[in-house]
Amino acid sequence: MGETGAAARPWILLSPALATVAFLLVVPVLFIIVYSFWLRTATGAELPGFHLDNWQLVFGDPFYRDILLGTLRIAAITTLFCALLGYVPAYVIAMSTTRHKTLLLLLLILPFWISYIIRTMSWINILGSSGALNTVLVGLGIVPEPVQMLYNEATVILGLVHFLLPFMVLNVYVSLDAIDRNLLDASRSLGASSLQTFREVTLPLSLPGLAAGGLLCFVLAAGTYITPLVLGGPRQAMFANLVFEAVITQLNWPLGSALSIVLLVVLGAVVMVYNRLVGLGQIARSFG
Amino acid sequence: MANSSAVQLNGIVKRFGGLTAVHRMDLDIEEGSFVTLLGPSGCGKTTTLRMIAGLLEPSEGEIVIKGRSVTHTPIHKRNLGIVFQNYALFPHKTIFDNVAFGLRYRDVPRGEIAGKVARALELVQLPDMGDRFPRQLSGGQQQRIALARAIVIEPDVLLLDEPLSALDANLREDMRVELKRIQVHLGITTIFVTHDQSEALAMSDRIVVMSKGHVEQVGAPEEVYRSPKSAFVARFLGNANLVEGRVGKSSGETVSVAVEGIGELLVPASRSRGIGEGAAASIVVRAEKLFLGAEDDTPHADALSLPGEVTAVDYQGQAARYFVEVAGRTLQALNPIEERPFRRGDRVNAVIRGRDCALVPLEDRP
Repeated sequence: MGETGAAARPWILLSPALATVAFLLVVPVLFIIVYSFWLRTATGAELPGFHLDNWQLVFGDPFYRDILLGTLRIAAITTLFCALLGYVPAYVIAMSTTRHKTLLLLLLILPFWISYIIRTMSWINILGSSGALNTVLVGLGIVPEPVQMLYNEATVILGLVHFLLPFMVLNVYVSLDAIDRNLLDASRSLGASSLQTFREVTLPLSLPGLAAGGLLCFVLAAGTYITPLVLGGPRQAMFANLVFEAVITQLNWPLGSALSIVLLVVLGAVVMVYNRLVGLGQIARSFG
Repeated sequence: MANSSAVQLNGIVKRFGGLTAVHRMDLDIEEGSFVTLLGPSGCGKTTTLRMIAGLLEPSEGEIVIKGRSVTHTPIHKRNLGIVFQNYALFPHKTIFDNVAFGLRYRDVPRGEIAGKVARALELVQLPDMGDRFPRQLSGGQQQRIALARAIVIEPDVLLLDEPLSALDANLREDMRVELKRIQVHLGITTIFVTHDQSEALAMSDRIVVMSKGHVEQVGAPEEVYRSPKSAFVARFLGNANLVEGRVGKSSGETVSVAVEGIGELLVPASRSRGIGEGAAASIVVRAEKLFLGAEDDTPHADALSLPGEVTAVDYQGQAARYFVEVAGRTLQALNPIEERPFRRGDRVNAVIRGRDCALVPLEDRP
């Protein structure tokens, strides 16, 4: 028994974690996979079995492909904005010599204490036809009547950037904070100016954090349905909205299942490519 | 100007808020010399180095390098080579690119860079490492690369910030010899910061002993060791016994000092710091100049021979450090071992010769 016992020990110790992952992740996903092969009849009843109808629809109809590509495009643009806008505060906090660094980081996480939906809806009060911005513009006589600013792709991206920016800032901050200050001094002593030092030393050494933040922003943006629901028009539906629509509105669980598996596989592939190129360790570091 | 000075510090002061890290420091560093800033942590030696480097701006005073005032010159325009304690090699660049870094920001033609890098790597005896990354090298190798990176740009001054302290003991002594060899070979003015007195004594042309932001003494290693200017310097370099005495008559060559319970010692006037008759002063007796003998040894003519008892032994192989109870005081003696070391409890004769001693003013008691 001795040898087999020793071999089994790690598995026994891992069993609580494995059981949790199995029941909360693997089993539900398996259910969804099974569901995707069922059929919803015209009467609304579900027909168990092995039917490929949902899959034929998802892969055959260009509607789904276009929305998937649109979703990836919006996620990519959002990620780009998060990277550009998030790098600056991350740099300022990391390089500041103040003793209140933790306070600055806490301020960054503060918005998470308010519901994501509430935060998203706050833009209606700012950009809506009777919102703050329009009231000011009309009041100053710059425009004769309120301008329609909401419900387009720009506001969807705005809402997503608003939601995802802290993820980017935190990840970039961690990689910037880990840079040995002597490297910057060494670079300067060898004749590089501050700007050249940033280009040659700081930026390359912060790329892992930028990549980790980018991955999180991209995956979270591509999987969201609330922001386009609240801030987008009918044409800004993202892929997760299709799932929402199928499951909640049409009560077509089999189709919704097939759609969500498509999204899961696409985003899973993105994560896998990232892991190949950068490694997932960096993300763990940001939350460590 | 008799000898050209490479670096001049004219009354530099550095304050951090209410704290003064460096008090009005003057220093003149001769071209081609190896000068060590020596002192315990917090003495201001690193702050001074960082001001010379341009990493800190002095609150007052002027820094002149090769006749040019650089007090407000940014670091990247000072042409200095700096070696950091933790090497600070760029982890994302190869060894070649690390060494070539400074050359790319100078007017070095592209074609000459490879040759210069190769010669620098040769000088630090790591010629075939160009393609590797820093993490693939040992600590000692990384240190050599850091040195190569600093000297390849032919800096006006080489600044070394405790470069050996991260290495283990054996490697540190090898690197010490190596560093000195390269410095002499290149004839480059070098400022070295350390808290390790043996490094300072072994490598320097001149030592600047610092304490609490003040310069305590500047001099050649032997001078600083043999005739310390203050009790602090005497204690910081080597093992010294400080015994309080009263200065008596001077005979020109020697000064007589009376020590209670011990007797009278004739200290060379050249090492008496001009302390006048009647004043209280400390006699510095180096541990290696306090000779222990068997109790029945015949007394020396020109020395005091005092009975004592060994209270502790710190055995070091070729020598031993003894703690000896003599006339109510505990003195340290560092003696080579002849046949066998003395043991705790042995009765011995402690011999002090006046000509081995020096006088320093009494320590300010805080």
